[in-house]
Amino acid sequence: MNAARVREKIAFIILGLITLLIVLPIILTIFYVVKNGAGAVSWEFISEAPRKGMREGGIFPAIIGTIILIIGTMLFSLPLGILSAIYLVEYAKDNLFTRLIKLSVVNLSGIPSIVYGLFGFTLFVVALKFGTSILAGSLTLAIMSLPVIITATKEALEAVPFTYREISLSLGATKWQTIRYCVLPYSIPGILTGTVLSLSRAAGETAPILFTVAAFYLPRLPHSVFDQVMALPYHLYVISTQVPNMPAKLSFATGLVLISLVFIMNLVSIILRAHYRKKKQW
Amino acid sequence: MVAEVVIKTINLKCAFGETTALTNLNIEIRANEILGIIGPSNSGKTTFLRALNRLNYLNTTYRQSGEIIFEGSNIEGLSDSILRKKIGIIFALPQVLPITIFQNVAYGPKVHGVKDKSKVTEMVENALKKAYLWDEVKDRLDMSATRLSGGQQQRLCIARTLAVEPDVILYDEPCSGLDPISTAKVEDAMRELKKDYTQILVTNNTKQAARVSERCGFFLMGDLVEIDETEKMFTNPADKRTDDYITGRFG
Repeated sequence: MNAARVREKIAFIILGLITLLIVLPIILTIFYVVKNGAGAVSWEFISEAPRKGMREGGIFPAIIGTIILIIGTMLFSLPLGILSAIYLVEYAKDNLFTRLIKLSVVNLSGIPSIVYGLFGFTLFVVALKFGTSILAGSLTLAIMSLPVIITATKEALEAVPFTYREISLSLGATKWQTIRYCVLPYSIPGILTGTVLSLSRAAGETAPILFTVAAFYLPRLPHSVFDQVMALPYHLYVISTQVPNMPAKLSFATGLVLISLVFIMNLVSIILRAHYRKKKQW
Repeated sequence: MVAEVVIKTINLKCAFGETTALTNLNIEIRANEILGIIGPSNSGKTTFLRALNRLNYLNTTYRQSGEIIFEGSNIEGLSDSILRKKIGIIFALPQVLPITIFQNVAYGPKVHGVKDKSKVTEMVENALKKAYLWDEVKDRLDMSATRLSGGQQQRLCIARTLAVEPDVILYDEPCSGLDPISTAKVEDAMRELKKDYTQILVTNNTKQAARVSERCGFFLMGDLVEIDETEKMFTNPADKRTDDYITGRFG
């Protein structure tokens, strides 16, 4: 073997190891959470309300709370994010104003989540008088999710070849028809990926819901969008730090449920994506 | 009998940013003719075609002055949608959408509001027949159009344009990527379409212009050097530059 081949081999091995290093934390985290938490997950755990200062019973209200928050977030952020991305890619002229918007979107994703929490508290809870509620929490999480959804949608739209638009316009289609029939169908997989990524993050955030919606202990289901709810990430924080003599396995079990919830969302998006890819091959 | 003029340009000037593509074009296109446009690259042929249905404006740096008269009135008065429905275009490379053959052809009728399914089916069938493609695809209309051969894809593009029922069809080097047999099929389709449509054929292949067109224009550096009956142009051109180009002395 000559020196060049040896160097190449060494480089491959190093690259392989680095890649492994990236995968390792994920595997270890999941392994650790499953190992410590799986024993505590039972039907009772996911279907009943907490009892005895949360040291017993289940986390049902928190699961439902998180699901409600995900849906609420999606309701606000999806239309807003996708429509603004469509505007930015397809309609906006390249001028100072547009560049300012694009810059803001990029910077918005760099804001710490606790700042979103404070912002949501000041605007939605106090100024708009929504109170600590599902509505205020969903809106706060939605604003936090927007940058990722906008960026992902923008990239998905820009990836659609210009010729598709040209064909459509040359046949006399209007701009909107072109977007509707010749651009959006091909960008759905990309939009889905970005959306689910961003919603997964929203599902696991504690800081933005801390002041806007999350209840410390509320063993019943909400009655309206102006109710507070428990949520998994905040519940996890509470039982891990605020409740003395808390069995550790309950914390891990809660973490496991949260990871599973996010995993299910990703699974659904993978299935949807495969479905669309099959329908539109390009 | 003087044939009816379908399109006329008056002092048409086109530019992309600082680059002038057409300096001052005055040209008339007659009903039901095939007008060949020849000339070297960067002579403004494609810009001329795309000016006619305002596709040039997809490039935001595009500027244009002068007038384009279509069927007696300035095209300024027509919406993009109506103008492009009446003046269809076939691009250089076969550009099919990655959907089925049927959906490709039905796209035009769909965006122009034809809802009735049997009407759409009928329009698709007619368009494919006129483009000489029906016999080859009638049993596999639900196949993805991208799986057709290059020549079939280009005839599918012609069918797609025909399905919106245009008056004029523009061809922008339609056979540049095709083999001679596919080229012949496209040319056959063009000859057949003469009965109902006015056609403009931009081509880099002077022989193709000689074969298909009745009149021919020669563009050079953004100018229309000469326009005449194809036969006269290819046997006895008025301008020396035309002669040089068609005999292959430059270009």
